[in-house]
Amino acid sequence: MLASGIKSRPVYGRLTSNPQARSNIMVADAEGALAVLDMVADAPDGFWARTHILYVPGGSAAQDHGAKLAALAPFSWHESPTVPAMLPRLRALLGAARMGTQLYLAGTEPLIGEGIRVAGEFGVDHAGVRTEHRGSLARRVQCVHCKGITESVTMSIVPCAHCGRHLFVRDHYSRRIGAFQGVMIDAEKPGDRPPAEELYR
Amino acid sequence: MELAFNEETFRDDFTFRNSPHAIRRFPFPFHEDRYMYAVNIEPHVPGPKGSVYEFPIDVDEHYVSEMRDRALVLREDPLRCQALPHMMTAQWDLLELLMTAMARDYPEHFALTRDGDRWHWINRPLGLDQRFVFGDALTLPCEPMEYVTRQSQGDFALLDHRDGNLWMDAGMITTQADWSLDFDIGMNFFEWHGPVPLAHEMGVFERALKYLLELRVGSPVRRLNWTMTVNPRLDTSPERYPSWGPDRLSLTPDNIGRKLHLRVELQSFWRLPRSNAIVFPIRCYLISLEDLVTVPKWGRRLPRVLRSLPQQLVDYKGLTRYRDMALEWLARYDDGAATSPGGAPD
Amino acid sequence: MSIRPRSSPVRVAEIVPVTPFVKRFRLAATDASPLPRYSGGAHIVVEMRDGGVVRRNPYSLTSSPLHDGDYEISVQRAEVSRGGSVFMHDRVRVGDTLAVSAPVNLFMLDWRARKHVLVAGGIGITPFLAQMAQLSAEGRPFELHYCIRSPERGAYREALERCFPGHVRFYCASKGERLDVTQLVASQPLGTHLYVCGPTPLIDATLEAARAAGWPGHNLHAEHFAAPPSGTPFDVYLQRAGLRVYVGEHESLLEAIEAAGVEVPYLCRGGACGQCETAVLGCDGRLQHHDHWLTTADRAAGRKIMPCVSRFDGRELVLDL
Ligand code: FES
Repeated sequence: MLASGIKSRPVYGRLTSNPQARSNIMVADAEGALAVLDMVADAPDGFWARTHILYVPGGSAAQDHGAKLAALAPFSWHESPTVPAMLPRLRALLGAARMGTQLYLAGTEPLIGEGIRVAGEFGVDHAGVRTEHRGSLARRVQCVHCKGITESVTMSIVPCAHCGRHLFVRDHYSRRIGAFQGVMIDAEKPGDRPPAEELYR
Repeated sequence: MELAFNEETFRDDFTFRNSPHAIRRFPFPFHEDRYMYAVNIEPHVPGPKGSVYEFPIDVDEHYVSEMRDRALVLREDPLRCQALPHMMTAQWDLLELLMTAMARDYPEHFALTRDGDRWHWINRPLGLDQRFVFGDALTLPCEPMEYVTRQSQGDFALLDHRDGNLWMDAGMITTQADWSLDFDIGMNFFEWHGPVPLAHEMGVFERALKYLLELRVGSPVRRLNWTMTVNPRLDTSPERYPSWGPDRLSLTPDNIGRKLHLRVELQSFWRLPRSNAIVFPIRCYLISLEDLVTVPKWGRRLPRVLRSLPQQLVDYKGLTRYRDMALEWLARYDDGAATSPGGAPD
Repeated sequence: MSIRPRSSPVRVAEIVPVTPFVKRFRLAATDASPLPRYSGGAHIVVEMRDGGVVRRNPYSLTSSPLHDGDYEISVQRAEVSRGGSVFMHDRVRVGDTLAVSAPVNLFMLDWRARKHVLVAGGIGITPFLAQMAQLSAEGRPFELHYCIRSPERGAYREALERCFPGHVRFYCASKGERLDVTQLVASQPLGTHLYVCGPTPLIDATLEAARAAGWPGHNLHAEHFAAPPSGTPFDVYLQRAGLRVYVGEHESLLEAIEAAGVEVPYLCRGGACGQCETAVLGCDGRLQHHDHWLTTADRAAGRKIMPCVSRFDGRELVLDL
């Protein structure tokens, strides 16, 4: 299988504030908090007072980024233990939001993927969401066979957490699922698989 | 030509076969003796009588069995048919397009009567008789795209036209050449074609997209695409790769003529009227090497084309394991004689 | 690979005065084959034979996309006439034959929108008539804000009130009523799309207010209803054809080129679609760009022109045609 010239792989930018936005929803996990903190210098007056922040500390829990985010004195602030636990709050914010609300996503690829997917349910085009990737390059991988999602994948080949097949992780990304595609590596000749390499950390 | 429907399977015992008539009308995709990647889009206008281009929507001897195979695929995996919620208008556009074309061109098999938005559809080969209200999905047993594409050969992708791009936001995909609707739904034209090698570098998709965005209602276009499949299997989805992947190792010099099939997709693109979406039907035709070489011109040309294929494409099309074996088998049908231009038999 | 619109003949089946300035034309197929269907916002290009001159004007289809049958367009008599609309008003009679292109939609609804806000100015109401028929049939949330100069200029006002009660608001300038676009864009739910069609100042003000309120570009849609402006006559040299062509005061560069027998692809004839983009090989003078297509950088470079709306002032213009 080939992995070159892939066009579905998302491109992430640097987080910058949208000075026009009437209100902001900022979602970050783990080291994504640092991307948010980096915006402080360029944020316009009154920016944080019209900003909601949702934060999932994840692997960075020990570093207490959350306290620094809370210190920005945002309009609202909430820390959730996991991304799934955070999503209902995001939905509630988006459901009540008006046009002129800017969504920002900062952190791991799974967080960004989930955030864009949920925003889509509210008619927000992915192109209008500002994103910055921080922290682990670990991927969510959807097994194309059983449809189960395997989290935090760093190897080129990984056993599916659901059906156990060994999956080759293609550089093919689905925004809707927020995951990369995993295809059974040894379907043609069972057991015939190259050694897995660590590709992403 | 009277249309009689084969009783055949595309799985397990693989009783699929092509009649002599089906062989002669096979859309052989190679117009010259070497491989050329080109978009090759042309107007989808009626072709010679009896050819796959005679009617805009081709119904052939495999119709009933292909529809049965689709039903089997959907029973195991309903995710092969999905539509994002904003595609409902396009779904009705598609239903209208297919029913109108089939009833007009195959009146002995299909009938459509319209009284305002009260429609009456009869599908004799599948034994269906359905009255429904056009525009009211609850008057059909399922959503309109699923209803009509359970009765139309080929896969169907519905592309939403917005922001200067096409977005694959609905589809019925059960006979695909290795791509997953469930995964790809919602992608734009470039993302969806992400894994195709070479073409991006050549700017092929930019040009093709620009062309497709200008499509007009009533002026569809078409192109042929091809790959090869071991066994006459329609469902070569990535979902079921574990079950068909091992087929590739089952080839031997003795059975390759029977088991290896050239798989040609007749892809067409149609602007849909009320949704301004585009429907992309992908109609699959299969022919075994054995049947293919009964046309001497094709027997000469296929090995020449396969030999000239760039390695990247050999890999992408999944031919790596057996191209050489196929070339060896085909060699005896290439006497080195010149071939006439174009794909049609002499 | 560009597709040149094919035209097909239609018969003028009915002409109805809608206001003192607007007439509605119903166009029927001349044979049994039905006219192709379309989506709300689509336009056709109507071809008129005015003596030796062929005029082609784009008009939005105003009939409901939901039903098969005839096309309807609404034509406002231009105040500074370039011929097309005056020809339609004064010369076209029931029973006449005209040619129309297949419909094209350059002003599409985004079907994902959670709400559609439509802003019309004057004759800019036309694309919305067909769109609203679709939106209301599908039960999608929408509202129309319709700005008119005076009560007698409010084409389709009664029909709109009757068909879409609760969805339409009128702003009549002569009565001092104004649409406050800033307020309009401030209070829309997330996922709203905004569509505006009408005079350029209305379009600019609406888009600007929306952008200033933080709306992303994807949610904003505009149809410029600009007819090609008249101007000082000039000469143009078509390099490949080896032809010198005179462009009269009331004719567009594109019309003059077509009259000389040279084909240029087009879709909108209003400077919006980019289809007619033509390379400028030589220019001793000033290009007068009136399109909405070329970028500021394109204009500064001076190597491209959109002949459907743009003109030239100077000594010599050479085009790659
Ligand atoms: S024809 Fe559309 S820009 Fe000129």
